[in-house]
Amino acid sequence: MQEWTGLLPVFPLAGFLLLVLSRGRMSRGIAGVIGAGSVGLSFLLALGIAIATLNNGGQAYTTVLWQWMQVGDFAPGFSFYVDGLTLVMILVISGVGFLIHLYATGYMADDPGFARFFSYMNLFVAAMLVLVLADNLLLLYLGWEGVGLCSYLLIGFWYDKPANGYAARKAFVVTRVGDTSMAIGLFLLFSQLGTLNIQQMLTLAPQQWAVGSGIAVAASALLLGGAVGKSAQLPLQTWLPDAMAGPTPISALIHAATMVTAGVYLIARTHVLFELAPSVQLLVAFIGLATLLMSGFTALTQTDIKRILAYSTISQIGYMFLALGVGAWSAAVFHLMTHAFFKALLFLAAGTVILSLHHEQDIFRMGAMRRRLPVSFWCFLVGSAALTALPFTSGFYSKDEILLAALHQEHYGMLLWSGGVLGAFLTALYSFRLVFVVFFGRDRHQSHATASHGHDDPQAAVVEAMSPVMFFPLLLLGLLALGGGFIHVPVDAVFGSGAQEEAHASQLVHTLMILIPIAGVMIAWFVYGSRSYQKAGEHLREQLLASGIGRRLHRFWFSGWGMDTLYEWVFVRPFLTLAALNRRDAVDQIYGWVAQAARVGNSAVVMLQTGNLRWYAISLVGGLVIVIGLGVWR
Amino acid sequence: MDAIPYEHGLILAAVLFVCGLLGVLTRRNIVFVLMSLEIMLNACGLAFVVASARWQHAEGQIMYLMILTLAAAEVAVGLGLIIQMYRRFHTVDISVLNEMKG
Repeated sequence: MQEWTGLLPVFPLAGFLLLVLSRGRMSRGIAGVIGAGSVGLSFLLALGIAIATLNNGGQAYTTVLWQWMQVGDFAPGFSFYVDGLTLVMILVISGVGFLIHLYATGYMADDPGFARFFSYMNLFVAAMLVLVLADNLLLLYLGWEGVGLCSYLLIGFWYDKPANGYAARKAFVVTRVGDTSMAIGLFLLFSQLGTLNIQQMLTLAPQQWAVGSGIAVAASALLLGGAVGKSAQLPLQTWLPDAMAGPTPISALIHAATMVTAGVYLIARTHVLFELAPSVQLLVAFIGLATLLMSGFTALTQTDIKRILAYSTISQIGYMFLALGVGAWSAAVFHLMTHAFFKALLFLAAGTVILSLHHEQDIFRMGAMRRRLPVSFWCFLVGSAALTALPFTSGFYSKDEILLAALHQEHYGMLLWSGGVLGAFLTALYSFRLVFVVFFGRDRHQSHATASHGHDDPQAAVVEAMSPVMFFPLLLLGLLALGGGFIHVPVDAVFGSGAQEEAHASQLVHTLMILIPIAGVMIAWFVYGSRSYQKAGEHLREQLLASGIGRRLHRFWFSGWGMDTLYEWVFVRPFLTLAALNRRDAVDQIYGWVAQAARVGNSAVVMLQTGNLRWYAISLVGGLVIVIGLGVWR
Repeated sequence: MDAIPYEHGLILAAVLFVCGLLGVLTRRNIVFVLMSLEIMLNACGLAFVVASARWQHAEGQIMYLMILTLAAAEVAVGLGLIIQMYRRFHTVDISVLNEMKG
């Protein structure tokens, strides 16, 4: 199986080419089979490779496909490196990707751009697989930009709405900031180490650089910049909530399960560099902590179901960064995997809700969906439980590992741990606020729907939204979100044994980490769910909003801590002003004069064409006389 | 045989040519313009004939035959156009027909 590693990204790429070349003339059935089937084939192959590799004792290997280019000493290969970390990533990408593709054949069934959608999706999966398989940073960068392009294309998939195009451009430009930093990082690494091959770099770097040396700090900080942009961490997180303009399967695949975790993968892959720069590693932890708290508070105030999930994605990736920052590499990868399961599940379940309500996304216009969409309800409940890290769900085990690792950080352990626990409390609060508002309480949509659509049969909506291709992925992801915590990620060999020491903590810490999310759920129930306390809950909410500071805080959090406004004033406005000032720039003036001269000359010559025949005859004769005269007298 | 000196022939041709040219340049009536053109063509023809007599060469006379044919064809086309023009614009004054200008 291992000799076929090169085929992994080929299947989705072939699917992309087939779908693109058919230019939408393919029937939906065939397009769906190609779109989902190509990723399914990749998944089967990935499974085979994983089994073969693990039977082999998890031995890492490299498959050289061909030499990409040769410029002096620089000879990056088009070659794939497979070890435990890669295995986890390819299984998550192709597996979760396949389920989401399957779901999308149902979700997008009525969309006119069906084939286009799947062609972009396949291209994305191919690029993402190249990203995680690459054995050198240049090939990784190819995949990195490829997924960025697909993200742009798919956020703006419904391009006839200008807001979607704006969101797509915003995502592209903001991530480009990080990518530029990463590219500079690559230049620096190459100029210092003379290679971009990751494994060679990881052996060379500790030999050449001292711990904490300036060059190590610079290189890892630049790579961190790229990771921060891709993974939507502070301060480049503003694009992800807007990226929810894309179709929901996109949000599940790209903006929750796979692409946004590429930054985590990058840092985990180059973890040796970060270990050489402890200050940058600490920065990673604090970026993660700040992001997870900030987006937790923001998620509390949002009203759009997908934006809440987007902020929760940002905060969960914050946990992964926290884990990376305290050196718990395998915990980060573990959380990456479980997060892919439960967040994809949450998005897909949210997708069925949105679809059944005719693309309604405001949670305060939903309500009592538990009765209308029982399957979605249970899936969403499982996903939220895993997100909240309630005991025995997958999220519990991964978050537990992260928080314990944070507690054992040398200097700031207590701070990082308590921040993480506060984040867990917020997670519980906002995710169960979502559950209780959407699935419990009064059906706020029906009254609204009857007003606008006339008759709306809730039973019909259930049947309509739940075709088997959508049900099966939900079920499978639900099982994974529940039981994914028992999967052991085979990354011990990748990160060395040092990082794997068993974390010990007192009973109190464990109890707190179990009780605090439950407390969050209880409070959410008290404020949003329980019927007997509903009056009191609403009263409390109103009082909070009525007080000046409460209202101001709410507005501040709702706007995502004012980051968008800040960037608008610091970057966008000045840039637009500059552009407006430079509209008549000096260089353009010169070309303007050339055009003006041509225009004047033309109008002068035009006057000669009078339309008078005798005038032409006279000019002819005059010209003739001059020419002959010149000939005679010369 | 007292040959006419070829200078006389050429002078006559030049005079005829200038008469024709003046007619083309000054006349407003398209029929007269056409007639003046004929005079110019014949002046050229005369010059050829004189030149062929001077050099004892037949080619000039052959050239004159060609000019004659050409002139006949030209007149046929030209008169046809003039008739069309008159039908359409009810005038033969070319200074009126100056719409094709820049």
